[in-house]
Amino acid sequence: MTGAAGANAPRGVGHLRGDTPFPAAAERALTDAQLRRNLLRATSTIQAKRAQAVAELDDWQQLRAAGAAIKDAVLAHLDDYLLQLEEQVTARGGTVHWARDANEANRIVTGLVAATGAAEVVKVKSMATQEIGLNEALAAAGIGAVETDLAELIVQLGHDWPSHILVPAIHRNRTEIRDIFLREMPDADPALTDDPAALAEAARRHLRRKFLTARVAVSGANFAVAETGTLVVVESEGNGRMCLTLPPTLITVMGIEKVVPAWRDMEVFLQLLPRSSTAERMNPYTSTWTGSVEGQDFHLVLLDNGRTATLADPAGRSALRCIRCSACLNVCPVYQRTGGHAYGSVYPGPIGAVLTPQLTGVADNPTLPFASTLCGACYDVCPVAIDIPSMLVHLRSRVIADKAAGRRAPTAEAAAMAGLAWTMRSRRRWTWALRAVRLGRVLGWRQDRITRLPAPMSAWTASRDVPRPPRQSFRDWWARR
Amino acid sequence: MSDAAASSAARAEILARIRAARSVVPSAGTGPSAVTEPEPPVVTVPRDYRGPGAAAGASLADLLADRLADYGALVRRSPAAGAPAAIAAVLRERAARRVAVPAGLPADWIAALPEPWPDQPRLDIAELAAVDAVITSVTVAIAQTGTLVLDHGPGQGRRELTLVPDAHLALVTPGRIVAAVPDAVAALDARSPLTWISGPSATSDIELNRVQGMHGPRTLIVIILDG
Repeated sequence: MTGAAGANAPRGVGHLRGDTPFPAAAERALTDAQLRRNLLRATSTIQAKRAQAVAELDDWQQLRAAGAAIKDAVLAHLDDYLLQLEEQVTARGGTVHWARDANEANRIVTGLVAATGAAEVVKVKSMATQEIGLNEALAAAGIGAVETDLAELIVQLGHDWPSHILVPAIHRNRTEIRDIFLREMPDADPALTDDPAALAEAARRHLRRKFLTARVAVSGANFAVAETGTLVVVESEGNGRMCLTLPPTLITVMGIEKVVPAWRDMEVFLQLLPRSSTAERMNPYTSTWTGSVEGQDFHLVLLDNGRTATLADPAGRSALRCIRCSACLNVCPVYQRTGGHAYGSVYPGPIGAVLTPQLTGVADNPTLPFASTLCGACYDVCPVAIDIPSMLVHLRSRVIADKAAGRRAPTAEAAAMAGLAWTMRSRRRWTWALRAVRLGRVLGWRQDRITRLPAPMSAWTASRDVPRPPRQSFRDWWARR
Repeated sequence: MSDAAASSAARAEILARIRAARSVVPSAGTGPSAVTEPEPPVVTVPRDYRGPGAAAGASLADLLADRLADYGALVRRSPAAGAPAAIAAVLRERAARRVAVPAGLPADWIAALPEPWPDQPRLDIAELAAVDAVITSVTVAIAQTGTLVLDHGPGQGRRELTLVPDAHLALVTPGRIVAAVPDAVAALDARSPLTWISGPSATSDIELNRVQGMHGPRTLIVIILDG
């Protein structure tokens, strides 16, 4: 049992596996013109604002290098930093729990809430609790979970899934939001308009009652400082402050990779995160606390759920540097067109394409490493310099190796590559093959492109179009010139 | 298995997984033949970004005022000796009468309030919701980002005090303004609970339209006192 280098996130719980592979889900998403308009508008707006916020700092590249190195230092000594964090939190009156996977974390949190007798908890937006499916686990125990971030509330009331790390309701427009509120909020004014300010006011009133009566809050954490035991939550709306401050019991669930060595390191991350994420000089509110504050009962749940498995791959572990800013989503040409749902995981976009398959094991998400054009825009904007394109290529080879290991005959892809190598080894065979390609013109006569090749090449065209071959190859044209 | 036993088994296993994960080298198995752990690499963090004490530009107070206004905060400047008059004036303007007061605020500031509600004994939530504003000092103000940091000590009070009321009047006293984030981190004690405030609460969750005032105070008023 011990000694195994990490374990993947278990099946059957949480939200790391979609029910449709990426190519099929993406094809469906691409037919939704409204979604593409919303996404393109939103992502290009944030992208431009981010570039401006980053350009204001002339030491951005130095901050970025420091951020990457701090996270690497954490990963190299993760056990030491977690133990130090535990010691500090405990010394300041908090209780630390360890959860090997989603099921264990859900059991711990459900048990803690049940012990208070509360039938409802208020929640601050948290990727970790979405990852483990905490709301469903609480519901199964008869405990309601109220999402208090506006976008998360819209998603929750719409019985829907988040589609962006930072702006989870990016796929909803104002009219849809008004309709959801009127349908799902018993206290909403029937004359509610779709003015964003009016919608925000309706949510404020609805949630205020929840904040003032809640006995338990559940949060995530952006950072945890090992040296001092300090937890850090970065937010905009003030719902985080409400949840962290008012209820007598606070339960924070955080991935083990969120720890940073020293308080001083916050001078780097509190510059990198807001400018990359919401494209602001600073987000409206950041709360930090250490252990139990003002008499509050504080519990910290440290979650593995596939992180140690990710740590075990030297070419993949730097995905654990991620600070969940979502800058890579906004610049990704694939994400901009498909949106977040197609990825089937709470972590969409380029970071999701490298993180999700590592958390679950590549066998459970074999299409995600291919959900990219390898253009490299994600690497450029990443505030902790995660080389996502190289990692995608590495994970693609892991997927192929994983498939090959499970079968005796070579895959169609391997057979095609071997055939291509044989053809290219001889000048005569290559020239002949190029001429033969012209015959393919007949396949594309109708749309001037080929949307379906015959088997086994149909696997290639299932998610791609092939250009119609030209009448004459370059080599023929050159020879006759 | 009891909860305590389960938790300690989970703790031991996660730590063992971490140690084993580091011993994996590319293309090696993870069984008994796995390469024994090399010493984890020593990662040196390059800190050649602008750290604390880096030269600040022009006037920090001017920059702070500019950045706060950019967030939609209401900013006033006043000589330090004129604080009571500045407080009275801005509250009159906003028609704010009932003002929650934390312990430890300068007596002449309190004297300037039309109707002070001291937080001793503690105001309950309904009372906090009923006041027109809360008044506090700040521990550190960051010019470059327009950020006010509270450590909830004397003059600032417990965290609910600056959260539930609908308006927050913060006074920045001379010597409290620093240039950038690293200066603030160096000046603050992580063991106090801290609240970093950069403008009024806001959301951009509906079609990315910025709406000011979700759950925190919808109005942020800052008086910068010049020494």
